[in-house]
Amino acid sequence: MRIRFWPRFTLRRKRAVWGYLFVSPFILGFIAFFLGPIVQSIIFAFNELTIKAAGFELTYVGWENFRYALRVDPDFVRVFTETTIQILVDLPAIILFSFFAANLLNQKFRGRWMARVVFFLPVILTAGIVYRFESGDILTDVLGYVPDETEVFSVSRSMIGLLSVLRMPAWFVQYILTAVERVPDIINASAIPIVVFLSALQGIPSSLYECAAIEGATGWETFWKITFPLVSPLFLTNIIYIIVDSFTRPGNTLVELINDSAWGRGIYGVSVAMTWMYFGVIAVILVLVFLLLARRVVYMEE
Amino acid sequence: MAAELSRDLETMPKVRRKSRFFTSHFWAETLWAFVRAVLVLGICYIIVYPLLIKLSSSMMTEKDMYDMLVKWIPRKLNYESIVQNYRLLYGFMDYPKALFNSLVLATTVALLQVVSSSLIGYGLARFDFFGKNLLFALVILTLLIPPQMIMVPLFLNFRFFDFFGIMPKSVNLLGTYWPFILTSITGMGLRNGFFIYIMRQVFRGLPKSLEEAALVDGAGQFRTFLTIMVPGAASAMLVVFLFAFVWQYNDYQFTRMYLSNTAPLLPFSLERLTRTFDVEQYSKEYISILNNTGMIMFITPLLLLYGFLQRYFIESIERTGIVG
Repeated sequence: MRIRFWPRFTLRRKRAVWGYLFVSPFILGFIAFFLGPIVQSIIFAFNELTIKAAGFELTYVGWENFRYALRVDPDFVRVFTETTIQILVDLPAIILFSFFAANLLNQKFRGRWMARVVFFLPVILTAGIVYRFESGDILTDVLGYVPDETEVFSVSRSMIGLLSVLRMPAWFVQYILTAVERVPDIINASAIPIVVFLSALQGIPSSLYECAAIEGATGWETFWKITFPLVSPLFLTNIIYIIVDSFTRPGNTLVELINDSAWGRGIYGVSVAMTWMYFGVIAVILVLVFLLLARRVVYMEE
Repeated sequence: MAAELSRDLETMPKVRRKSRFFTSHFWAETLWAFVRAVLVLGICYIIVYPLLIKLSSSMMTEKDMYDMLVKWIPRKLNYESIVQNYRLLYGFMDYPKALFNSLVLATTVALLQVVSSSLIGYGLARFDFFGKNLLFALVILTLLIPPQMIMVPLFLNFRFFDFFGIMPKSVNLLGTYWPFILTSITGMGLRNGFFIYIMRQVFRGLPKSLEEAALVDGAGQFRTFLTIMVPGAASAMLVVFLFAFVWQYNDYQFTRMYLSNTAPLLPFSLERLTRTFDVEQYSKEYISILNNTGMIMFITPLLLLYGFLQRYFIESIERTGIVG
């Protein structure tokens, strides 16, 4: 009898091994550049970190870093609430706008290609560095990033009139007003959500629409019974993307504060503690959104 | 034959309904087309506006800024007046060198990320193995964690890099491109999880039959991947390249952490600008002109790249490339 040195692999096993080979870079990277640092960041959050020439030193301080962030730091609590509220305000606005814009760009009209090129332009322009300089710039201060402040002002004023005539609740009016002021920001943040929605819209088989048309469905019905349900899984994807994007969006003052505490003031432990609290809130928001939406989402059978 | 037939059908006079103008359908259509045009143009204007403002102010002199009558077009407009600000900054920002370095770094990172995310995406899309779903969840998790959480530990890891304790003496990788290379090739670069997600969706959408045929014909797994799957996903890979390139080119935080802000790269040249021309010596208006000129010089390469790649970008959306 021959003794087999290599174990006999079934095709299934072989495929599995190849699968591991293909994803092995990620497994390595995850352990080295993600899991390790995450564990370290938990340790750092409870320690005071001093960097020296030969390495770094940790002194255990317990919850002191968190206490410092919440009680001593003059800005953290304010910036933290502001950023959280900002995300909650932006999220529905970006989702609604990008869904609307994707539907707009999905229609056939002359110059559609050009419109798409321009709509996706913010993908390459929204990145940090450009905005860093814009914030301190006089031209953008005076003229406003918003095309013309007076225009927007008059828009919001007539909007107040309209909304109060309609007897909308005050919080709703306030929300609309903030949203209007942030129109350019919202448009710029929508570029990739639009891409995601648009490709989902293109993916809906045209046979469904034809069928609906033959059955005599109106455009309104078609939209709510076919388009909306089939695109609904992408709402979750986009919400996740928007939240992820908000971490690196330059207007995020909390991230600036965290960066400043780490690289400017050198209180690494505090900055990590702040990030953990930030992540905690984000996680809660995500879980809530997920619970709210997960049941209503329709998945097309594959 | 078939082509002729279809041409005949096209050129055939269409049956026109008589009272086309009086149907409510026609008017609703026209009205909507008008509203749509206004909306699309308005949104485009909001997007392009800041670019136009920068472009026009980069050609101005300080006098134009004080001039109430000048909004878009400066008083003097000739070759010399257009080029003056650019010429000043060209030397000041060390533009050719900084641009070259930035392009090299962004291209390297983007290429490595395309390679790593397509390998990983393919592995997650087409193979069954224990823990696959967990791995995919971990990919998403790497996106959901704010980068600030791991920045300080990453900084220390690269400052005292000892390859998980294997190397006897730690080396300092900061100031080299190694941190970028190592994180990109292992799918841990800037927003790399997003690219893995895209590639996974794309590979899942490609037909299985071609791949199986190649395997049956005796091509190895890796060869099948290279010769069958990669060409099929080429336009999505270009899109990933565009994203990765843009985000690396624009990145400030990580690049400063790995290389320090004295490195000859474009973002740091731009930053140096604001530090040198400070408010005490120069007027706010002049600083603004220079800032805008600098930003135009910074953005132009990206706009060119987008111009070249937008075709693939939009095509891959149309073919439902990005999200399966």
